[in-house]
Amino acid sequence: MTRFLRQQAICYWLQLKILTTSAFEGALAVFFPLMFATATLLVYRVRGDADALQYAGLGVAIMGMWTAQGVVAASLLSRERWAGTLELVVAAPTSFSRILVPICLAMSTIGIYCVVATMIWERLVFGIRLEIASWPLFLLSVLLTGVTLALVGFFIAVTAVRYRTAWSLGAALEYPGWLLCGFVIPLSALPAWSHPISWAIPTTWGMDAIRSAASGGSPWGDLAICLAVGAAYAVLASWLGRVLVDSARRHASLALT
Amino acid sequence: MPAVEAVDLRRSFRTHSGAIRRTRKDVEAVKGVTFSIEPGELFGLLGPNGAGKTTTIKMLITLLLPTSGTARVLGHDVVDDVREVRRRIGYVFGGDRGLYERLSALDNLRYFSELYGVAPREQKQRIGELLELVGLTGREKERVEGYSRGMRQRLHIARGLLHDPDVIFLDEPSIGIDPVGARELRATIGALTAQGKTVLLTTHYMFEADELCDRIAVIRSGEIVAEGTPQQLKQGVAGGRVLEVETYGVSDDAVTAIGGLAGVRSVGVEERGQLQVLLVQCDAAAEITQSVLARLGDVRVGRVATREPTLEDAYVELVSGS
Ligand SMILES: Nc1ncnc2c1ncn2[C@@H]1O[C@H](COP(=O)(O)OP(=O)(O)O)[C@@H](O)[C@H]1O
Ligand SMILES: [Mg+2]
Repeated sequence: MTRFLRQQAICYWLQLKILTTSAFEGALAVFFPLMFATATLLVYRVRGDADALQYAGLGVAIMGMWTAQGVVAASLLSRERWAGTLELVVAAPTSFSRILVPICLAMSTIGIYCVVATMIWERLVFGIRLEIASWPLFLLSVLLTGVTLALVGFFIAVTAVRYRTAWSLGAALEYPGWLLCGFVIPLSALPAWSHPISWAIPTTWGMDAIRSAASGGSPWGDLAICLAVGAAYAVLASWLGRVLVDSARRHASLALT
Repeated sequence: MPAVEAVDLRRSFRTHSGAIRRTRKDVEAVKGVTFSIEPGELFGLLGPNGAGKTTTIKMLITLLLPTSGTARVLGHDVVDDVREVRRRIGYVFGGDRGLYERLSALDNLRYFSELYGVAPREQKQRIGELLELVGLTGREKERVEGYSRGMRQRLHIARGLLHDPDVIFLDEPSIGIDPVGARELRATIGALTAQGKTVLLTTHYMFEADELCDRIAVIRSGEIVAEGTPQQLKQGVAGGRVLEVETYGVSDDAVTAIGGLAGVRSVGVEERGQLQVLLVQCDAAAEITQSVLARLGDVRVGRVATREPTLEDAYVELVSGS
């Protein structure tokens, strides 16, 4: 068990190192989230409603995490494929899931960095001081939202091992995700048929938990569901990982050539 | 028990072309390859580009499923005992891909140590030894981005050896490396068998195979066309001598005429700038120098020499299908 944790920790640390070596990319990672946040906040500010701005302010912070993580997760294996490391990683005696999870956690660290960057941006540029009733519960909720989003990323990444074009899946999920997770528009504003889809994304529950923690409510119920849904993705992904790696071995889609 | 055993391995690929009217085509990359490698042997799979070397290796290292046939590595089936096979083999391919550019050599090795299950307490020493072996000690803290091709390739080898595998698969490791780097690499590869490792090396350089391998299989269009020690291949195929004649402007007629001489097995012409070098493969006993020169007539002739056939002569004859 300690051996396993050590493996995961070292892989996480080295993957984070890969993701953070370039200052330029670090700036780029928050560039789009900040632009979208700015556009959204400008729209909300027109209404001059402090509660609405608070609602949007929390939402766009987590929206940045969604953008930074979901899309990157899908292109993750494409990057490994390009670098020629995908085959080496698959040929290792360690299971594919154990390799992917730390990578996704490293990405969720970037996602949390996006949340922090957006909150600072809101403060400096828009003068929005987010009202957080309980900082410990708020931070815990953000953290767990990040972790469960990593598990969704894991699920998306797994499909990319078999299908070379799966990276586009991430890009395709980005904008619907903004609507479905209730970042800046309440779920109740969406048609009823779309609710089950929203419920199937742990980030929706995470967002609810974050709002509860900020407004002084209890986030625990939402967090529990968030974790359960996230775990379901993880289980599904590790099963799918085995199936798809086998399929990739049959169809020769691991290598670039 | 052989270290590696392939029995009638086959693999075909389905390729698609065209976006709207998709046409499917099946390519048979490996067509029934059989060989076996004894423990401690350095076995070469020699063949031109596209012969099926990489495909064969990838089936043996569990990255590709064979279409049919079976293969075992140290007694473990490459389809059914995937984990057991992976634990015991190392895989190194040529070119500069397959490393994390943004990490240092040391971090690359640490990462793969974790994936290959090297015991934590052994890692440090093992990585140190391997850096020493491949001559990267002192540069291990630099990021791989700045590494030369040769350094990357050597780092690759260190990576492939991390978990101390018994069988090592090297797929064209010297591709794109300068001659000095390639020589150092050959020394490193040679040292592996001295440590008792079994090595399967693929290459399209005959001199590399000649220098390193205990036994060679020549593969052409997915089929093994010859197998033996470098010595046997030289004898079995060429089995005689090679007469090299430098000429200036030899005619096709003269070449044909020389090909018809008694004792001549084949004639090749190699362009070297203004020179055309005639390569006449003949029986060892045949005394043909005078007759060849006579057939050349007025053509200006430079250096004339006879030599032992090299593996290259044998190889050219094999893969050109004569
Ligand atoms: N993934 C693939 N899809 C389709 N064809 C392939 C694939 N991999 C290899 N081939 C074909 O199989 C043949 C053998 O390739 P390969 O094993 O890479 O040869 P070598 O390593 O000897 O140069 C080639 O004709 C190549 O085009
Ligand atoms: Mg090849």
